[in-house]
Amino acid sequence: MSGYLDAASSEPLHPVARETLRSAIEAGYADPRRLHRAARQARMQLDRARETTAEALGVRPDEVSFTGSGTEAVHRGLLGLRTARRRAGDRVVHAAVEHSGVLHAARWAGPVEDVGGDGSGRVDVEGLLHAAGRPGVAVVALQSANHEVGTRQPVAEVAARLTGVPLFTDARASMGREPLPDGWSAAAGSSHHWGGPAGVGVLLVRKGVRWTSPFPPDDRVDERTTGHEDVPAVLAAAAALQAVVAERDEVAARQRRLVDRVRAAAAALPDTEVVGDPVDRLPHLVTFSCLYVDGEALVHALDARGFAVASGSACTSSTLEPSHVLAAMGALTHGNVRVGVARDTTADEVERFVAVLPEVVAGLRAEVGL
Amino acid sequence: MSAGGAPDLELDCRGLRCPLPVVELARALPRVAVGEVLAVVATDPAARHDVPAWCRMRGQEYVGEDVAADGCPRFAVRRTT
Repeated sequence: MSGYLDAASSEPLHPVARETLRSAIEAGYADPRRLHRAARQARMQLDRARETTAEALGVRPDEVSFTGSGTEAVHRGLLGLRTARRRAGDRVVHAAVEHSGVLHAARWAGPVEDVGGDGSGRVDVEGLLHAAGRPGVAVVALQSANHEVGTRQPVAEVAARLTGVPLFTDARASMGREPLPDGWSAAAGSSHHWGGPAGVGVLLVRKGVRWTSPFPPDDRVDERTTGHEDVPAVLAAAAALQAVVAERDEVAARQRRLVDRVRAAAAALPDTEVVGDPVDRLPHLVTFSCLYVDGEALVHALDARGFAVASGSACTSSTLEPSHVLAAMGALTHGNVRVGVARDTTADEVERFVAVLPEVVAGLRAEVGL
Repeated sequence: MSAGGAPDLELDCRGLRCPLPVVELARALPRVAVGEVLAVVATDPAARHDVPAWCRMRGQEYVGEDVAADGCPRFAVRRTT
């Protein structure tokens, strides 16, 4: 009955996360750097979370850091690679469709060059490599998959062909749901995207990669982060990640069927285009745009019928600018809806959604006389 | 309309928010003949993306962007059907 179809913005808390949080919150208060019993307990929990996360992601425990958010992991991952390369260059080369958090961090730091892609949102590999090969490039940023349209990016191919320039991968949209691609130098994830608590990010830095903190240091357990770790939340995030990885084949297969149902229903609407790669994509999200429809009105009309969805239309953004992802793809930016099915979204919920969609869209078009 | 020339019909959509410039464009299309050019003057930042997308979805020809006399962006479309 929930009608929550915005799991691509935030996944509801996984039952394992809830359970772990409840039990850990009593014990994880002490400062993990101290030497007494309570501190040792917190330190053990933090180390356990790191080991669990490393195992779930197929990386080494010393490659894992926990940050205060996914965005902070992006900042530290991207800018830490950049800072370590300051003698080689200062420019960040990135796909045009990267998350705004990556774009903001890159522009904040210095010069940038963005590289376009095709109509599905996939980056132009030759263009990216060409830009990366010019002098003065510090780091290349390429996401694992696009957060708005679901299209997977050719991270492993780009990584294999990059020579001497490190690659940062924003893996927030896919972490836990899909294996990490190969070849990144640093990567970022965000707990609330896989069903862990918000306020926990994962920063991965490959062993042997040069990384220098772009921000003031702190004297913590982990030199790549600052501040007192939220140990219970980190532990809950790690437990949820482990659970999500264990069940992902079954969950993804179910989500693909649900998303295919929404894709087909949206494609059947008049003057509507479904955007993003239809096959080589994340399992849980789909985006479409309806001509002549106000995106904000569409979100409100669906909300009034019990369905929570996101939108990349300008009228729904704080800046009143349309989604730079849709714009870079040449897709229609108004009347846009992003549906993200959650782990427990049912076929019944999706059927109810696709049943109301045509009348909602037709009603909004009738209001403008089309 | 030749490059830089006057369109056959120009719509003033200054101050209108998306999707209204594209709604006005769709409504006005029957007012020009096939082969003629219809232009939309729009201040909304989405128009730059949505006028070409509308042309693609509706099978019309996107001619390009220039500026109106007051400097506002103007997007030209040739009616093909």
